[in-house]
Amino acid sequence: MTFRQRHLLGIEHLGPDEITAILDLAQDYHRQNRSDDKHGTALAGLTQVNMFFENSTRTQASFELAGQRLGADVMSMQMQASSIKKGETLIDTALTLNAMRPDLLVVRHPQSGAVGLLAEKVECAVLNAGDGRHEHPTQALLDAATIRAAKGRLHRLTVAICGDIAHSRVARSNILLLNRMESRIRLIGPPTLIPAGAAEWGCEVYDDMREGLAGADVVMMLRLQKERMDGGFVPSEREYFYRYGLDAEKLAHAAPDAIVMHPGPMNRGVEIDGTLADDINRSVIRQQVEMGVAVRMAAMDLLARNLRASRAAA
Amino acid sequence: MTTTLIANARLIDPETGTDRPGALLIDGDRIAALSDDPQGAGLSAATRIDAGGRCLAPGIVDIGVKVSEPGERHKESFGTAGLAAAAGGVTTMVTRPDTDPAIDTPEVLEFVARRANADSPVRVLPMAALTRARAGREMVEIGLLMDAGAVAFTDCDRVVTDTKVLSRCLTYARSLGALVIAHPQDPGLSAGAAATSGKVASLRGLPAVSPMAERMALDRDMALVEMTGARYHADQITSARALPALERAKRNGLDVTAGVSIHHLTLNELDIGDYRTFFKVKPPLRAEEDRQAMVAAVASGLIDVICSMHTPQDEESKRLPFEEAASGAVALETLLPAAMRLYQSGALDLPGLWRALSLNPARRLGLPQGRLATGAPADLVLFDPDAPFLLDRFKLRSKSKNTPFDGQRMEGRVLGTWVAGARVFEA
Repeated sequence: MTFRQRHLLGIEHLGPDEITAILDLAQDYHRQNRSDDKHGTALAGLTQVNMFFENSTRTQASFELAGQRLGADVMSMQMQASSIKKGETLIDTALTLNAMRPDLLVVRHPQSGAVGLLAEKVECAVLNAGDGRHEHPTQALLDAATIRAAKGRLHRLTVAICGDIAHSRVARSNILLLNRMESRIRLIGPPTLIPAGAAEWGCEVYDDMREGLAGADVVMMLRLQKERMDGGFVPSEREYFYRYGLDAEKLAHAAPDAIVMHPGPMNRGVEIDGTLADDINRSVIRQQVEMGVAVRMAAMDLLARNLRASRAAA
Repeated sequence: MTTTLIANARLIDPETGTDRPGALLIDGDRIAALSDDPQGAGLSAATRIDAGGRCLAPGIVDIGVKVSEPGERHKESFGTAGLAAAAGGVTTMVTRPDTDPAIDTPEVLEFVARRANADSPVRVLPMAALTRARAGREMVEIGLLMDAGAVAFTDCDRVVTDTKVLSRCLTYARSLGALVIAHPQDPGLSAGAAATSGKVASLRGLPAVSPMAERMALDRDMALVEMTGARYHADQITSARALPALERAKRNGLDVTAGVSIHHLTLNELDIGDYRTFFKVKPPLRAEEDRQAMVAAVASGLIDVICSMHTPQDEESKRLPFEEAASGAVALETLLPAAMRLYQSGALDLPGLWRALSLNPARRLGLPQGRLATGAPADLVLFDPDAPFLLDRFKLRSKSKNTPFDGQRMEGRVLGTWVAGARVFEA
């Protein structure tokens, strides 16, 4: 068995063989999800709890659907509305929840490292659905699965990641994954949104978008939060779109068959031109969403296998 | 084809550091030829001017001119400022954005640039604010403003106190190669100050600021420039204690330059005398030792740029108790004669003076001006460095007459000014 993890906390801990194992299994689930019988039994009898300490619609829906399709009992908790408001610490919440005997815990938290801290206190498998600016491993895996489906490989591609790198967990996980799979990574954005030391991550850094896009096979746009475009990091939406918004003219600098990705939700007219986002010949944004369910099914399936195996051994 | 030969001139070229007799040929908007023969043998032209041995130098490039448009046209307009500039040998006014409203969007900048070009006989290059409304909170649209023609970004005499805001502005500016101009004064220490702390201010009972406020702010800014790699110009360095920080920054290879106003080179705190508000400028006039240190710093090249810091104020804003009176002085027309004091005293030769008045500011802004060279723009000033006159402020062309040199004996008269080969002033 290639997949050795107890938790999926980040790409940082995964070897290339483990990444490939998830992507291979995701490919199977992707096929199954398009058939009339979407039901599986990999998680039958297990309980999956989704704890989102930060707003999410699509990631939470994707995890819920993935768990249900694999036969788990799925419960979602909106944590902003509950115990933390009453002053409970993260660890107490974890211990309380642990007493209910979940098997899979999907956690999103606004603080970097919080999901890892929680994982130390519970006996089930924990999946990081995004912790602060740190990691968002299932997003990187679904991006990788989408790239692999479109390009046939993950190695020796030139991938341009554009936008708010500094605040993006998606970017960090993608950089780790693509580095591990031996692709060439370029980071593009205003220097106010490029984290210090980014050049030492094995990436090339550009503040000119056209230069950064030259010859790229994959163009990965990141979401820029509105409050960061108000003179703090970037002067305005219109200046941002002018310099870093992806439109047909800028995309023309990339390889002729370059694909365009976005983790969503998009700000049309800010980081990406609306027409381009809808261009089925270039944009794989909807494929990313579809692949998200399959990748989460694969990740939970593999974690559940390890969980059952460790319990059987005990 | 319009050609003009200025013969029998003393050619002052800061680029080559020369001061020699010769002749200069203007063809269209460019300098077409230079000759070491004062009569310009071999050069023919439609018009011939005999300079009578007077000095011909590149026109002054003045960084930091306040034209009170929009908002205070009763104090100064592009028309009156342009006439004053032409009469003072200033061929490029680099204008400040501390107007009302501040020049902080491409739309306002374009409006201003259009007006300026229609009304002013000399070149006008606008600067834009660094932060919106010069409030020190959010950066302006630096990229779009550069496309609209902004040559530098400055909040003028307002200091961006939030170091995070300033560091982001500098970082963002760096990616566009934008020049940021700051006013290094610690805003806490200098709040409410009308004079420099010391014996004079204490005797006069004026609220005062230590010159240390300048060094503190410059130290802070140099740390931020080192951190961000931005292009930085200090609008005015006026105190001796700030010079080591500047010298260190330059030695360490930071992209830093500094200016000083003509007032801080030619006047000191004693000139305030009996609460004369025309001598109230920002930062306040310094001690004589500071003034001498600034002159030496210009001579050594540590301070790169001399500017007028032209700041029109109407009578009402100056006819007030010293503390309440507005700061600033008009200086477009008096910059050259005042600068002649530095030449007459032997502190600087004319090529050295013109390096700071013309060549260095042009270079800092990436302009081709500031040189007497074939192919360079024909932006020129013809002047007599020795001609004496008594300054009467009511004869100034600026709408506002707030000059500290009123009634003073000056030496140095502008006889003619050319912008892009066209004569815009004749004495």
